[in-house]
Amino acid sequence: MRIHVTVNGSEHDVETEANMTLLDFLRDGLRLTGTKECCAVGECGACTVLVDGRAVNSCLMLTAESDGGEVTTIEGLAAGGKLSVLQDAFLASGAVQCGFCIPGQVVAAHHLLARNPHPTLDEVKEGLSGNLCRCGGYMQICAAVVAAGRANR
Amino acid sequence: MVPFAFARPATLSETFAVLDEHGDEASLLAGGTDLVIELRNRSRRPKVVIDLKRVAELRPGISERGGWLTITATTAMTDVQENALVQMWFPALVDAAATVGSVQIRNRATLAGNMCHASPAADTAPPLLVYGAVVNVASARGARRVKLDEFLVGPRQTVLQRGEVVTSIDLPIATERRAATFVRITRRRGVDLATVSLCCLVDASGSTRFAYGAVGPRPFLVADETGALSDPSADDESKSTVLRALLEQASPISDVRGSREYREAMLLVMSRRALLSSIERLGAA
Repeated sequence: MRIHVTVNGSEHDVETEANMTLLDFLRDGLRLTGTKECCAVGECGACTVLVDGRAVNSCLMLTAESDGGEVTTIEGLAAGGKLSVLQDAFLASGAVQCGFCIPGQVVAAHHLLARNPHPTLDEVKEGLSGNLCRCGGYMQICAAVVAAGRANR
Repeated sequence: MVPFAFARPATLSETFAVLDEHGDEASLLAGGTDLVIELRNRSRRPKVVIDLKRVAELRPGISERGGWLTITATTAMTDVQENALVQMWFPALVDAAATVGSVQIRNRATLAGNMCHASPAADTAPPLLVYGAVVNVASARGARRVKLDEFLVGPRQTVLQRGEVVTSIDLPIATERRAATFVRITRRRGVDLATVSLCCLVDASGSTRFAYGAVGPRPFLVADETGALSDPSADDESKSTVLRALLEQASPISDVRGSREYREAMLLVMSRRALLSSIERLGAA
């Protein structure tokens, strides 16, 4: 089936199979491999992207469902070749270890900050409860998001 | 995923037409947080997936009419949580919706889908049961209203017949004072199914309702109409006797989330806590 979807500001008019997930479309179709595939059952958050402004697990969405919508992936968060305040905060806090979960963590945190610009540590923990980090770097990840919230003031 | 056709009906009557054509070989898609998993692991192999999100009559929405609050079939958990009317009249439903999966799941998963999937551990079932939810079901043959307590039949089983679609869930807005408490234990806070969940509602007339999840083949509803449980002056011992009798319907199993014995022990503890909290909230209301 033919769909029209805007990804990181670029419009795509593409033919897609009904049984293709949004995750596979982004990675294999558009070669946007920042979005990661991990658990593929909506538990780990590595595939988190924004669809019409809302954080979702792209492994649990069919590409066809995004027809007419706007998708933002990790590749779409930096503007003009500059990292966002949030991305800088991840670097400054040493929040990145192996890095595999980080695109999902950053997109989920971006969504949190869009709705709650100055979250408390508890609000960050709740906002990121759908994102797992196998390195166990949660303290630095949460610290980065809290710091990005402070920098927003 | 096995290949399937994708239908995007624009109206309910178009939906019925596709459903009647394909019957059991069609799967309904709302939020997809359960269905897409089943499609990928091939436990479901539909010939056609019907996306309900473009059906005009099912657009996301929460509205009040004639003493009822109506939540349409494609309304996501996030929208339920953030809705001012739900917060005002059905706060325990907000608390339960807030425990579903994660932010990402709640942004897609729908309240109606949580009922249609009919998991014994469905987080929003206990508050919907104590609040007296009614499920609106429609098909080409007409519409019917089913009490949620009758809608849920068993694990992954509802009363839905071939060709039927849930269009919305109705909640009666109470005229008398009441208070409810939702409690749930899990192994970890995010993205885990409930080990035990329950909701307790006490109203000004003295009636107490409990609904339980994850301790039987389906979420179930029990009530004490004697006033024994809601009486703030009654002693704990006599309340525990009444609670134990209500809990006879519970038939927890042992699984990865907890043993039968643990669940049985926690049922009484959590029921007492939720009852105390509801009585306190009723007093403060």
